[in-house]
Amino acid sequence: MRYLARRIGLLLLTGWAALTFNFVLPRLMPGNPVETMLARYQGKLTPQAANALEVAFGLKTKQGELGQYFTYLGHTLTGHFGVSLTYFPEKVTTLIGQALPWTLGLVGFATVVAFFIGTAIGAVAAWHRGSALDGIMVPMGVMLSAMPVFWIGLLVLYVFAFKLGWFPVAGGGSGGQGLASISGFGAVISHATLPAITLTAVSLGGYIILMRNTTITVLSDDFVKFARAKGLPDRVIATRYAARNAILPSFTSFALALGFVVAGAIFIEYVFDYPGIAYLLYQAVISQDYPLEQGIFVVIILGVLLAVFISDLFYALLDPRIRVEGRS
Amino acid sequence: MKAFLRNRRALTGAGILIFFGLVALLAPVIAPYSPNDINFTPMLGVSAKHLLGTTPQGQDIFSQLVYGSRDSLEVGLITAAVIAVVQLFMGVFSGYAGGWVDGVLSSVTNIWLVLPGLVLLIVIISYVPNKGITTMIGVLAITGWAWGARVLRSQAIALRDRPFIEAARMSGESRLHIVLFNVVPNMFGVLVANFFGAALYAVLAEAGLDFLGLGNINQVSWGTMLYWAQSANAMLLGEWIYLLLPGLCILLLGTGLGLLNFAVDEVADPRLRRN
Repeated sequence: MRYLARRIGLLLLTGWAALTFNFVLPRLMPGNPVETMLARYQGKLTPQAANALEVAFGLKTKQGELGQYFTYLGHTLTGHFGVSLTYFPEKVTTLIGQALPWTLGLVGFATVVAFFIGTAIGAVAAWHRGSALDGIMVPMGVMLSAMPVFWIGLLVLYVFAFKLGWFPVAGGGSGGQGLASISGFGAVISHATLPAITLTAVSLGGYIILMRNTTITVLSDDFVKFARAKGLPDRVIATRYAARNAILPSFTSFALALGFVVAGAIFIEYVFDYPGIAYLLYQAVISQDYPLEQGIFVVIILGVLLAVFISDLFYALLDPRIRVEGRS
Repeated sequence: MKAFLRNRRALTGAGILIFFGLVALLAPVIAPYSPNDINFTPMLGVSAKHLLGTTPQGQDIFSQLVYGSRDSLEVGLITAAVIAVVQLFMGVFSGYAGGWVDGVLSSVTNIWLVLPGLVLLIVIISYVPNKGITTMIGVLAITGWAWGARVLRSQAIALRDRPFIEAARMSGESRLHIVLFNVVPNMFGVLVANFFGAALYAVLAEAGLDFLGLGNINQVSWGTMLYWAQSANAMLLGEWIYLLLPGLCILLLGTGLGLLNFAVDEVADPRLRRN
């Protein structure tokens, strides 16, 4: 229970830090970027909207910094992210709601599949250490994690969509409502195939290296020697003894891995014109749509925090030591 | 050091790094033209005059590639050095000091660790008015130090109660002195591995930002080359050399740094070493 309490504590603390960061950052920068942005959108915005923005970013308000901060926290926690500038008068929450499912599908798929495949490859490579397979897998893992995601995305797009024409070149396929029909579903799948496979491939490397190295460390532990001495078959030692223990660090480094996948998703969605939230973030940044950018930032961070929290719970489930320590 | 020199992965990595280092140093000698010269006929094919052809904007691709190595190496190595200093404080010092100092510093590290780096990076850079190389290095360092700091912290904690550190404490050395002259030399391998890991992160992240057009698009780097290739529709024009080679250079340099990171880790950790 103490473990759980500490995890929840970290979740809340990190969430608060991210929200505060989001509030402080635009106010910290020299030459007030928000003022520049408002000047650019002059004429496009209604006076009310411009006024609301000025208040939101602390330009024209009688409220002190601290008062603004609490107003901001209140608005964010109740889901009031304001109005987008580029898609005016569309609400930020509406735009995020439309884009989020695409990204959840893409990132979710890549995270889960890369975890299983990468871990399996790493475990096998460690078991056959020094073999030709291990000799190939290590440099491949290193290369995969050194891969510029956007570039490999461009190449995949060029070869499979543009040259061979096997998959569509851009977009997500149908406006989301088409999902109900068979053909709409097919379109979504065929649009998602290249981005999903590319993202999964580049996410593999970290898991391969991590799993291989921890498995090698575990294999030299006494309990593995004991299992061998008992005459247990290799298969049992490899799965129930070595892999069972070596998989734990893959959970503690889940935050890092997920950060990697999210980063990859930004490039992948950009290259494949995929209608997800990361592409929306890019557009918001390019057009200096700060309300939209801030809203997306909050949603991505909270999503990542929640995912890391869930992985921490899995970790406690897998590692009894954590639970027992918590009880005493 | 001997083990390092016998490690094939380490040698490959070092070779790649030295190769790009030489290219960057000798860029004016190797490159036939200035990378910014836009006076050539656009989209020329491969020829003796233009080894890799020219861009749709009329620049010499080979010269741009050669000069691009400077930007990546500079950003990668300087950022890694800055990150190392931050990690020394947030990781090594924190772990060695223990108590409430460690409590505060490691909480900060844990928070940074969970926040996705690239998202943070993009949001920070979107507010920065001046996107020069110093800004880039600063922002990359701010977003990239946390993971290594955690690794170093656990190493420092493991060292803290070892007899020779205890002896240094007894002889009345200051905390800073012990950290720098007793703790750090005993975790040198991990520090070096971390350095290459950070450099890899910086090279990839910077190339990515440049590619998205969020860096300085007028500077010649492999990332901006891909940005211009993409915005000139190099794919539709069939300019595949322009699209292929900058990425290949990033991949190669990245692999070199990754191999060094892996190999130093292997040499420094006796349990990973082959018996």
